[in-house]
Order: sequence, then C-alpha cells, then structure tokens
Amino acid sequence: MALLSKKSQRALNDPLMNNNPITLQVLGICSALAITVKMDTAVVMTLAVVAVLSVSNTIISILRNLIPSKVRIIVQLAIIASLVILTDEILKAYLYDISKQLTVFVGLIITNCIVMGRAEAFAMQNTPVKSFWDGLGNGLGYGMILILVSFFRELLGSGSVFGFQVIPDSFYAAGYENMGLMVLSPGAFIILGLIVWVQRIVAKIEEE
Amino acid sequence: MRSNAYTLIFTSIVTIVLGFLLSMAVTILKEQQVLNIEIDIKKNILLSLDFAPSEENPWTPERVQAIFEEYISSLVINAKGESIEGKKPEDINPDVEGDFHPIYIKTMGGKIDGYTIPISGKGLWSTLYGYFAVESDGMTVKGITFYKHGETAGLGGEVEKPWFQNNFKGKKFVDNDGNLVGIQTMKGGVDDTSPEAYHQVDGISGATMTGKGLNIFLMNDLKTYESFFHRIRESKGK
Repeated sequence: MALLSKKSQRALNDPLMNNNPITLQVLGICSALAITVKMDTAVVMTLAVVAVLSVSNTIISILRNLIPSKVRIIVQLAIIASLVILTDEILKAYLYDISKQLTVFVGLIITNCIVMGRAEAFAMQNTPVKSFWDGLGNGLGYGMILILVSFFRELLGSGSVFGFQVIPDSFYAAGYENMGLMVLSPGAFIILGLIVWVQRIVAKIEEE
Repeated sequence: MRSNAYTLIFTSIVTIVLGFLLSMAVTILKEQQVLNIEIDIKKNILLSLDFAPSEENPWTPERVQAIFEEYISSLVINAKGESIEGKKPEDINPDVEGDFHPIYIKTMGGKIDGYTIPISGKGLWSTLYGYFAVESDGMTVKGITFYKHGETAGLGGEVEKPWFQNNFKGKKFVDNDGNLVGIQTMKGGVDDTSPEAYHQVDGISGATMTGKGLNIFLMNDLKTYESFFHRIRESKGK
C-alpha cells in the first residue's frame, strides 16, 4: 500500500471495518435486503455501487469549490443520478440477464444513502484523490456485507453458491430442506443482525 | 455567497453537460439493448419448445439466432383462428389493442413438432410474461416458461424454476369432450388418483396467489387461441 498516502489509505480502509457503512452507519439497508438472495446479483450490485460511488465522489470533489452551496444537494443528486442511469444502461447492454434480476435496484442506487452521504460528508471537503479512495472504500465496505449476506442466504436458502449446488443430493434425500426463511427479507434481517453483532465484537465497538 | 446569476449559470451548465452525456450513452447502447431483449424472447420461445442449452453447446446469442431461424416459423392469427397473411409477430404493436395474436411453430424433419403462444397476466405482485407451448395435437402441454415477473424470489418466483415448469409437460388443457378446461395449479399438490389430474399441476407452497393468477390468465390466453387449437384438434381427429 506504499502507493497511497496515509490519509488515502485511511479513506480506503476505514469504511471496510471500523466505519462500515452498513453495519456501523446502518445505511443502504434496503438494497442489502432486496438483492442478496443470490450471490451473483450481490456481486454485480457491489460493482455498480463501487463504480458509481468512486466516480461520483471524484467528480463532486473536483467541482466542490465551484458548486454553489445553496444548490449543492441538487447538483450532487444530478451527478449521482446520471452515473446511476449510465450504469443501468451499460448493464442492460452487456449483462442483460443479471440486470433483469436486479430490476429497479440499480436505479435505486440513486437513493442509497451511502452515495449521497459520502458526497456531502467527504467529497465536498476533500481532494479528488482522497475522495476517490473514500468512495472506493465505502463501496467495497458496502459490497463486502452484501456478498457476505448473500453467501449465507444462498447457501442456506437455495443450497448453492454462485448458482452451483453445494449441498449434496444425498442430504436432501436424507430429509434436509432448504430454509425458506432465508430467501425472504426477514432472512436478510437476521443474517445482517448477526453480522453487525459479530462485527461489533471484533472491532471492539461499544455504544455509549 | 455566490450570486444568483452564478447559481443559475452553473446549474444550467451541469444540466446540459449531464443531459448530453446521458443521451449520447443511451443512443450508443440502444442497439445492443434491443438485441438483448430480442435474444431473450427467442431464448424463451425455444425453451418452451423443448430446446435446451447443454454444457458443450451453451446458448450464445449467435446460436440462439441460428436455432431460431432453422426450426421456428411464426404466424399471426385473429380471434377466429385464421392466419393473417403478410403480418409478422414483430409487426404487432403491443401498445395498441388489436385482434392480432402471434404463434410460433416448431418444425422438425418437415413435421410440426409444437406451437408456442405468449402468455401474460397478473400474479400476486406483478405481471408475469412467458410462453406456453402446445404439442402438435393441439391439446397437450409441451412446456411453459416465464421470462419476466416481479414475484417474490423463492416463492412466486419459483415459476421460473424447472421443477415447476416440468409439472406442466404432458398435461391436457381440454377434456375428453373437447371443452377447454385450462390448467390449474393445485394448492398442496395434485392428487394423482383424481380423475381431474390430467389438467392439474402442483402449486408452489407459499405462492397460492401467484398460482391463482396463473390459472386465470393462462385460461384467458388459451381462450384467445382456442379456435386455432380447436381446428388443429379437428383436423387431427379426422
């Protein structure tokens, strides 16, 4: 990581663990529930959010001294929305099957609090390079949880990982059944709750 | 604090630049997207008609096009079951209600091997879109697929799974007297000893409402095509 300055490193690393947008700031829960039934959709969603977040952070940071403060939220939203639409169109053109499964949730990245939150809280005050790393870090921090949740949901709910069956047929023959709860939203809530719990123990975080 | 004029000019520039970039991107990607949708529809037509990709022969877009061109022909009929000359399924504007109904026909070795018709209707949360394929006898189900729906994954979403779709194969949607009875999904599964089992399939547990919706719209779509399939049954019966 010698390539990065200390501050950029922190901008990248912090959101992965100590300040994870989902488990600590509890942002972006909606999509974390909706698209984590299968791992492939979670991975594509992660890539989409990482792309949007790092690019939007960079652009907004470049323009930070030009954006009139009265209309800054609208300008931020316009930039974010354009990037999201662009991502959605690219997915429809080149990853059609996955984009069909993601349906409206790519479009809903616009309303994902993480993207707006980072633009307002970080990119408006920091240099483009740092903002880029911050966007990347937050995107990955978000995606990490998404992929983790989807791993458990797909494994327990459908008996597969990335669409490949991992629970042997003999288990099913012996009476094993997929946990239907896991494919529904409550399954995501439970998994997410457990992850938050474990993560807070590991990161030694205590609520005051 | 910046002046109002600055704010106005700044936002105008942002809007114009973003608008320009987006419209450019959409224009460039349009062709590929339209192609994707077309391939996806063709894929589903083929799936309903018993074609399946294998590991050695995965379905690339080119392959889908090639299979489609080799085996599938299409025609458009009206409610009386008569073919409308010179009209192709691509010409039908789905936004305009009209008496135009597409049918895709699979021909193998010079013989008709099946027909497939588009089906669509309300499930629980969403409109389901798919294809329903009929054997050349005009009364036996050959296959069913869904290519678009917004039902709950794992519950109503199971309509897109092979186990559910395979249920339909070999079922009959007309009774012995030639009356249209449709196909019913049964809550709790089909009782195989029942005399009605020939037009019943196992429902999806946890998705009774999706199944009910499916029963209704499938029946409606079959009614639309009934005169066409009726003729086929008549001609076979002679």
